[in-house]
Amino acid sequence: MTSGDPAQWPRRVDRAGVVIAALLAGLAAVLVFDARGLSSTAMYGMGPEAMPVVIACGLGLLAIGNLIDALRGNLPARESADPVPVVLILVGLALLIAIIGFGGGFILATSALFVTTSAAFGRRAILVDSIIALVMSTLIYLAFDRLLTLSLPTGPLERLL
Amino acid sequence: MDTFAALAHGMAVAVQPMNLLYALIGVFLGTAVGVLPGIGPALTVALLLPVTYKLDPGGSLIMFAGIYYGGMYGGSTTAILINTPGESASMATALEGNKMAKAGRGGPALATSAIGSFVAGTIATIGLAFLAPWLVDFAVRFGPEDYFALMCVAFVTVSATFGDSPIRGLTSLFIGLTLGLVGIDKLTGQARLAFGVPELLDGVEVTTLAVGLFALGEALYVASRRHHGEEKLEPVRGSLWMTKEDWKRSWKPWLRGTMFGFPIGALPAGGAEIPTFLSYSTEKRLTKHPEEFGKGAIEGVAGPEAANNASAAGTLVPLLTLGLPTSATAAMMLAGFQQYGLNPGPLLFAERPDLVWGLIASLFIANCMLLVLNLPLVGLWVRLLAIPQPWLYAGILVFATMGTIAAKPSVVELSMLAGFGVLGFLMRRFDFPIAPVVVGLILGPIAESQLRRALAISLGDPMTLLQSPISATLLGIALLALLAPFVLKGLGRFKANED
Repeated sequence: MTSGDPAQWPRRVDRAGVVIAALLAGLAAVLVFDARGLSSTAMYGMGPEAMPVVIACGLGLLAIGNLIDALRGNLPARESADPVPVVLILVGLALLIAIIGFGGGFILATSALFVTTSAAFGRRAILVDSIIALVMSTLIYLAFDRLLTLSLPTGPLERLL
Repeated sequence: MDTFAALAHGMAVAVQPMNLLYALIGVFLGTAVGVLPGIGPALTVALLLPVTYKLDPGGSLIMFAGIYYGGMYGGSTTAILINTPGESASMATALEGNKMAKAGRGGPALATSAIGSFVAGTIATIGLAFLAPWLVDFAVRFGPEDYFALMCVAFVTVSATFGDSPIRGLTSLFIGLTLGLVGIDKLTGQARLAFGVPELLDGVEVTTLAVGLFALGEALYVASRRHHGEEKLEPVRGSLWMTKEDWKRSWKPWLRGTMFGFPIGALPAGGAEIPTFLSYSTEKRLTKHPEEFGKGAIEGVAGPEAANNASAAGTLVPLLTLGLPTSATAAMMLAGFQQYGLNPGPLLFAERPDLVWGLIASLFIANCMLLVLNLPLVGLWVRLLAIPQPWLYAGILVFATMGTIAAKPSVVELSMLAGFGVLGFLMRRFDFPIAPVVVGLILGPIAESQLRRALAISLGDPMTLLQSPISATLLGIALLALLAPFVLKGLGRFKANED
């Protein structure tokens, strides 16, 4: 781990760590809130609401522990991260979900993911990648649909096959 | 002699032509997927679960055995040739193996890891065959409170005792436990954490979680740090075979690695990291060639590889006899069992001996197939590694989402997959361990139902947990294991051995 990341200095508040602690505390609150809506029907022992509360307590303690680590700057050093490729892949996943949700079919959906991921890893030949992706996902679709008889979502392209 | 009879019966099941074919397909697929950089055995099993949907339980479990060992072997090939260990258990292998490959001795490094894995896997599977019935005899006496206590031990050891930071490990575990709460409560039929979304009533699918955390998370993580430069693929130059000197230097590390790996794997102590690093540091101390360590010493590949494989077989002991997964891979295997409504544990040995012993026998067969298949085919695996990174990860993501699309093509399920991907990315970035999440999701609901059953039997008296001697002892161990890392923090912890 060598980088000029500010997290390297000891005794410096790690803001990301504070956010993590806050998220854990929030999750614990959601658990407790949700458990309050459950009715205990168990005659003896524990009902369905007991375990969420126990886990929420654990999460609360861990939020405190994480907060202490963050305030002391005890978190391991992090290398710098490039957000662009991450966003590109997430866009690809969003496209995949949207295409499947609107009935665009398996081939178009996975092709979209393939092209955006490939671009995220530095490829700039979108046309070539699109052709590769379409051919590959068509082959996968045929293999699954015909050979393994697993049903994959169909869209306009699949109906042509 | 019961074990021999049972094992012979299992062999008879495993050598049926169809089952041999399944084992072969499993070994082949497992190696092919496991060899891809960044994909460890747990993810290999998760990705290939949908492929086994249509098979009968026997055939698919046998295929699993092949996938499991194949994935392990593929991972070490990657570690040696491009220095990207798919999992922390291959880190020791990468340390020396990659140096050997750089020095033009990639062939012997691959060979010693293959043969070492075979030796260790065979010995450890024999250990499994003999230890399992004995443990089953013991486990049938377990009441629900004892099971609950046992799971507490597993929770603590998997997440807190052996990681970098007990707090981050426990945080991962509790995220998994929270996810395990989602869905309809089995005892009262009330929905928990479903927020009115019908798809959430069935709970979180283990494969969705594992694929999201491991595959998507890894791809996002690698993409985010691509600018740090790629690791280079080392071509395999020179002879593939080990010289007489290599054999002489390898056989003792193989056996010692097995001795570390199997017992530690068989304990509910979680993971293969410890035995591999123990083996590495032992070989470093015992070697006659200390000057080679850090520059490509064959002992440093042979020992850890054997330890890794032996502990993998070791984790099957608690998995098969107690239904207790202690590693991410074992958790995925359990998910595979559950896909057929089978619950590993003492009852499974009594009810489906053909299945359990068929699986154990298949482990032997898969091991032999690996040895026969992999050394000659190493050229093919190396070619897989040479796929350009953009296409490789694009293909991995398509393959990863395909499993979910085939099983449940709903927007909710796919969004969960993407969400777990982001979670996996953040956990990698902030150095939280991943395996405890998966173990928490699988074991959490089981532990809860055992506890509630125990309390219902005792009419709500929590003292029942301490009155059973087994449960009291196990809870004591869990407490000790939980407190030990905090107490020992000042003392040199295991991590110090790493360099």
